[in-house]
Amino acid sequence: MRPIRLIAAVCVCLLSVLAASAATIADSELTGFVRALGQGDFDDTERAVAALAATGDERVAGILDRLGAGDLMVRKADGAVFVAAKAGKDVALADPVTGADAGTAPKAGVEKIKVNNRLRRAIASAVGNLTLMSPDPATRRAAAEAVLKSADPAVLPVLDKAIAAETVADVRATMQVARATAVLASDAGEADKEAALSAIAGLGTRDALSLISPYASAEGPLGDAARKAAAGIERSMLLWDAAQNVWYGLSLGSVLLLAAIGLAITFGVMGVINMAHGEMVMIGAYSTFVVQETIRAYAPSLADYALPLSLPVAFVVAGGVGILIERSIIRWLYGRPLETLLATWGVSLILQQAVRSLFGANNREVGTPGWMAGSFDVGQMQVTWPRLWIIVFALAVFLALIAALKHTPLGLQMRAVTQNRAMAASMGIRTPLVDALTFGLGSGIAGLAGVALSQIDNVSPNLGRGYIIDSFMVVVFGGVGNLWGTFVGAMTLGIANKLLEPYAGAVLGKILLLVFIILFIQKRPRGLFALKGRAVEQ
Amino acid sequence: MNTFASKSLCLAALIGALSASTGLASAEDTIKVGVLHSLSGTMAISETTLKDTVLYLIDEQNKKGGLLGKKLEPVVVDPASNWPLFAEKARELISQDKVSVVFGCWTSVSRKSVLPVFKELNSILFYPVQYEGEESERNVFYTGAAPNQQAIPAVDYLMKQEGVERWVLAGTDYVYPRTTNKILEAYLKAKGVKDEDILINYTPFGHSDWQSIVSDIKKFGSAGKKTAVVSTINGDANVPFYKELSNQGIKAEDIPVVAFSVGEEELAGIDTKPLVGHLAAWNYFESVEGDANAAFIDGWHTFIKNDKRTTNDPMEATYIGFNAWVKAVEAAGTTDVDTVIDTLVGTTVPNLSGGYATIMPNHHLTKPVLIGEIQEDGQFDIVSQTAPVVGDEWSDYLEGSKDLIADWRKPLACGNFNVKTGKCGG
Repeated sequence: MRPIRLIAAVCVCLLSVLAASAATIADSELTGFVRALGQGDFDDTERAVAALAATGDERVAGILDRLGAGDLMVRKADGAVFVAAKAGKDVALADPVTGADAGTAPKAGVEKIKVNNRLRRAIASAVGNLTLMSPDPATRRAAAEAVLKSADPAVLPVLDKAIAAETVADVRATMQVARATAVLASDAGEADKEAALSAIAGLGTRDALSLISPYASAEGPLGDAARKAAAGIERSMLLWDAAQNVWYGLSLGSVLLLAAIGLAITFGVMGVINMAHGEMVMIGAYSTFVVQETIRAYAPSLADYALPLSLPVAFVVAGGVGILIERSIIRWLYGRPLETLLATWGVSLILQQAVRSLFGANNREVGTPGWMAGSFDVGQMQVTWPRLWIIVFALAVFLALIAALKHTPLGLQMRAVTQNRAMAASMGIRTPLVDALTFGLGSGIAGLAGVALSQIDNVSPNLGRGYIIDSFMVVVFGGVGNLWGTFVGAMTLGIANKLLEPYAGAVLGKILLLVFIILFIQKRPRGLFALKGRAVEQ
Repeated sequence: MNTFASKSLCLAALIGALSASTGLASAEDTIKVGVLHSLSGTMAISETTLKDTVLYLIDEQNKKGGLLGKKLEPVVVDPASNWPLFAEKARELISQDKVSVVFGCWTSVSRKSVLPVFKELNSILFYPVQYEGEESERNVFYTGAAPNQQAIPAVDYLMKQEGVERWVLAGTDYVYPRTTNKILEAYLKAKGVKDEDILINYTPFGHSDWQSIVSDIKKFGSAGKKTAVVSTINGDANVPFYKELSNQGIKAEDIPVVAFSVGEEELAGIDTKPLVGHLAAWNYFESVEGDANAAFIDGWHTFIKNDKRTTNDPMEATYIGFNAWVKAVEAAGTTDVDTVIDTLVGTTVPNLSGGYATIMPNHHLTKPVLIGEIQEDGQFDIVSQTAPVVGDEWSDYLEGSKDLIADWRKPLACGNFNVKTGKCGG
């Protein structure tokens, strides 16, 4: 019998005996158990955790939580265990049992009780057993999940009691699954086990599959039932998997769209081959970093809103740099694509090195606000919040840009200049100004993309490099000069990439896609949605 | 005409005098140390720190009075993450600047690119980064880990401590991950792991969309056996990978990831709270306890004038390499390349984790293997430390290299001696 099992068995027995009255033991006795946590290696600590949990004292769960979080330290001088917190150069100590202040100690005088993954699992399972009857539903849910993972038959009596007393439906459901896994691991009869198996199979999720599959290799009716259930779940997962891949594709497509949409303006509408486009994205990401650091320093309460607040800053900074580049370099090179390409390539290197000198070569950390972290489930499909927000954001930027081009005077002038420069000039439009503003708009939008990409990629001087090729690919594939083409191009490439990836692998998938685009451009040189009319022929 | 001639003569004399005087000064007063690390381009993120480390070590040595009564003089060049440029800059360092030793390179391809130069001009290169092995050259000292000093102990730890039975080997698509994974696959199979329990996955450099791969890992891990990921994912691709792991809710308690290229510097760019418990295997962590390490970190902070700068494994490898070279030069009493190469073998210097590193006849080191778990503050908690392991340049787990050994001591003096055929040359 593994130590965890033994411990859990002991603690459960004690728990069931003491369940009626909250168990407490003398402080001094408990301190003895806590002291044992700091002795010996991981195996010894694991045994000490078990012994501590077996006391059933109501303070134990709290102490174990602190251990799991790495807050417990041993004083080297006498081996006493304390809850430690940083206090300047020293460490402030508190008694883990009574919570009383125990003064401070120099850092060198204490040693952290180290916790590894195995120990963390043992702690979670012990705390789970202890808190199944907690008054707080969130604690009970966490406890049920911990017990589910440990699949420990010894916990069955407490679980039965907890299920009977549970009032929150989904917590009870989790407990019942936990009970079923414990039954499967126990030496219960075949009939009981098969019932447990079908209860788990009824969930139809991937987690359920991983709980069932160990039994699929077993002999006899239980093995048959497990194989059948596993096959059933796998069949139903097939469809969800496909849906999941399409979702990943949309998400990748929206990233491509964000990166390419600015280029669709500078390259697509103006015809400037701007190799420094990726660096505009990078500048946007660094603007986000600067805004975040400023907010962290001066208004920490707003930290969760650093990202939305960065949007205007990134737009203005990247747009400003864009206008500067257009006025100082690109305007001398209109109509000379090769020189533009080389000049902007040089600009991109200069910008990278400038950022490297300014911020250092290391990655910068841009935090994920609380409302953007984590994921939720749609059926058997997992949707992560950052990706969802990026899709929403990409669509919003795209629609705003379309509206700006259609319904604002600047948009009208931009279209006029790009369609027929001479005519627009003779109608009184100041074409150089419009050129600068158009380039600034494209760069500013790239800056917005940088804000979003800071959430999923490195904020480093090389950020832009990874997107420049993809951006050109999307714009050329979608049809130069057509924003809707860029949209359809980005989504098509995103989904195609993600559908290919599971079969061909990431490396080959990308190659296949490039080959496809080369062939496609051979057939349709102007991309998916080619512009028609006299303007194109010039 | 006349004035022009006299002027140019004058100028030539001046230049001649100048160059003669500088030449004299450098030959007599200083020993030149070459630093060949990229300060711009993609690799600048990692290599700039190593350039600073060498400068720091030289500074410390000069404070102690230099070497053989002379000051050390760093010669820093920037190969700009450009592999052919590495070779050109190496040639410049050795033949123009006449450096006595070079500390440099990070990627294997840059090392391969400078090798012929070091052989032709006969100089010494200290290479401070963990690599795929399968090489031993007379002019190179490998102070980073060979695969048996990093990958295999990490896998052993996961097997024993975590009871892992199913393995995902995920890497960036280039030589180091491919060779390491080949070695690991052979090792795992020798340990009785079945084919269907190993998933190998490669991604391009700078891969940023990890959604499908992380979800594949999750799928692979739902077969009811304890699963772990062994990651040789390189450089910038790590940040999006770890972000996706935490977004999809994969915790270290469920599927731990052990990485060979993620250190304190890389973690500086990520919020590490969701990553607590994921692992890394190195020969040094900043969190190592001991006086040598504390002194090194303090000195580094003072030198770089920034208390927040981290230290990492390649820095320790540079530290060991530098000190070994200093010790060998002192013992030999000269910076003559051939003498120093011979003296270096067997040289023992303290490492930063409280032990000693000895340079073996195969030009690799003895190193302890440390396994660390990521903590909330971006540091590692050391959960396992082995006794020093001898670097094995030719892996015992690969066909074609298991019969090879390297021993640069005379009379063998061979980097790829085949013990079966008894011949030098593979």
